[in-house]
Amino acid sequence: MSDTPNTTGKGFLAKHAFLERSPTLLLVSSLLVVTVGGIVEIAPLFYLENTIEEVEGVRPYSPLELAGRDIYIREGCYVCHSQMIRPMRDEVERYGHYSLAAESMYDHPHQWGSKRTGPDLARVGGKYSDAWHLDHLIAPRSVVPESIMPGYAYLLDTKVNAEYNADLVATHSFIGVPYTEEMVELAASDTLAQADPDTDAYDDLLERYPGAQIRNFDDEPGVSEMDALIAYLQMLGTTVDFSTFTPDASR
Amino acid sequence: MSGETEKDIDEVTGTDTTGHSWDGIKELNNPLPRWWLWSFYLTIIWGIGYSIAYPAWPMVSSATAGLLGYSTRGEVAQDIARFEEANAEISAQLASADLDTLAENEELARFATSAGGAVFRNNCSQCHGSGAAGFTGYPNLLDDDWLWGGDFENIEYTIRHGIRNEEDWDARYSEMTAYDDIFSNEEVDQVVQYVRLISGQEHDAGMAEAGNDLFLDNCAACHGDNGMGNRDLGAPNLTDAIWLYGGDLEALEETVRYARFGVMPPWGERLTEAEIKAVTAYVHQLGGGE
Repeated sequence: MSDTPNTTGKGFLAKHAFLERSPTLLLVSSLLVVTVGGIVEIAPLFYLENTIEEVEGVRPYSPLELAGRDIYIREGCYVCHSQMIRPMRDEVERYGHYSLAAESMYDHPHQWGSKRTGPDLARVGGKYSDAWHLDHLIAPRSVVPESIMPGYAYLLDTKVNAEYNADLVATHSFIGVPYTEEMVELAASDTLAQADPDTDAYDDLLERYPGAQIRNFDDEPGVSEMDALIAYLQMLGTTVDFSTFTPDASR
Repeated sequence: MSGETEKDIDEVTGTDTTGHSWDGIKELNNPLPRWWLWSFYLTIIWGIGYSIAYPAWPMVSSATAGLLGYSTRGEVAQDIARFEEANAEISAQLASADLDTLAENEELARFATSAGGAVFRNNCSQCHGSGAAGFTGYPNLLDDDWLWGGDFENIEYTIRHGIRNEEDWDARYSEMTAYDDIFSNEEVDQVVQYVRLISGQEHDAGMAEAGNDLFLDNCAACHGDNGMGNRDLGAPNLTDAIWLYGGDLEALEETVRYARFGVMPPWGERLTEAEIKAVTAYVHQLGGGE
């Protein structure tokens, strides 16, 4: 430990020695300094108009898609798959139009990721058939021999609990996803309806969730977790119509 | 805090000390190396210049755009445009090319094949395999056996519109009947044995004989009287050794009972005109092109 201080500074600078010798004060002061950085760098992103881009077509997830998204998170798909196509030529050539912030505006939390052991999935929707997803999720190497992805056949065994899934929709509504009261109320029946192509709610479901795909995704009776996951994968990146969307260069 | 204004000069080196002393060992207060100090000042000056040249400071409703007018989106658009321009001429040539006479233009054919290979590996290989040999349920594109036709026109149509999908109204469509509720168990076995017969596999002659009539009444409308298939309906040829879902007893029984419904997505919206032509040319030259 130092014994006698012999600071050469005068006035304000001399006070620094005092700050250095008071751990609590030093901690509080450091926090204040870091806070300034946070306010300058982060806070503006919440009000600057050019960071908040509203894009036509982006909608909240349908209940079944939301259930699939939860399974995606539960199984840790994000550990190997990102969901963000970066604005670079090679990425755009491979995956399609670069991702827009608005496309993950209803993601809590977002699934951008930064690790690609597998390919990016931001625009995987519609790229492969349901049957391919089913084969691939059951036994990835049956269709892609070079794949190192694990199999997820057990998703077929568990049915989606529509009631709990309605709670999930209500929770997302609570944290700010603009589900209408009607959407929350009908979430349980909508969960089941989306995996049933003969459902009576076909048109209503499409009205509530434009562009939702209503099919029996896993080709098995009942609504399994496999149905939910494939429904989610098949809608990824499909909500924005890029034939009419003009990107604003300043964003 | 004594002697705040006094300097404590180290006797040996003649240098000022910081005043920190540990058991009599003092810390010299050497000045920072000049090169380091000036580099530090330079980075500050560079930082100011950078934040003026590039988008940086948040203002009331938007951030400063920067004097150079840089944007990430602008850059990627430029980058894409640069490559499109470089390939513009040959891409346009390919987009309007008549594929039937493609082989006459050697340079264009070479471009189409390699560009098509890239498109194939990115978009098609997941189902058809990176070597295009297919998997159970996903056709092999290397052989001469085509479900919907293997000339340029048919391959291009299949790629553009896909098969049995919901996105494209012009998609190729046909649906096999599931005979589980129509045939008795015995009839299913008989038809399976008949298919084994016409495909030249081991079979029970008696049952196959009985299956002949069932085949003519139920299956021949699509697969043809001789079981050679019908490309207008995507009905496979059942007499060759090439099977999409398998030609063993179990697979055949499942096909007869529950039918099959292979789906291919449409690529017309996802790929450019030149890319569609390129991948058509690529698939055509894989081995089975007609």
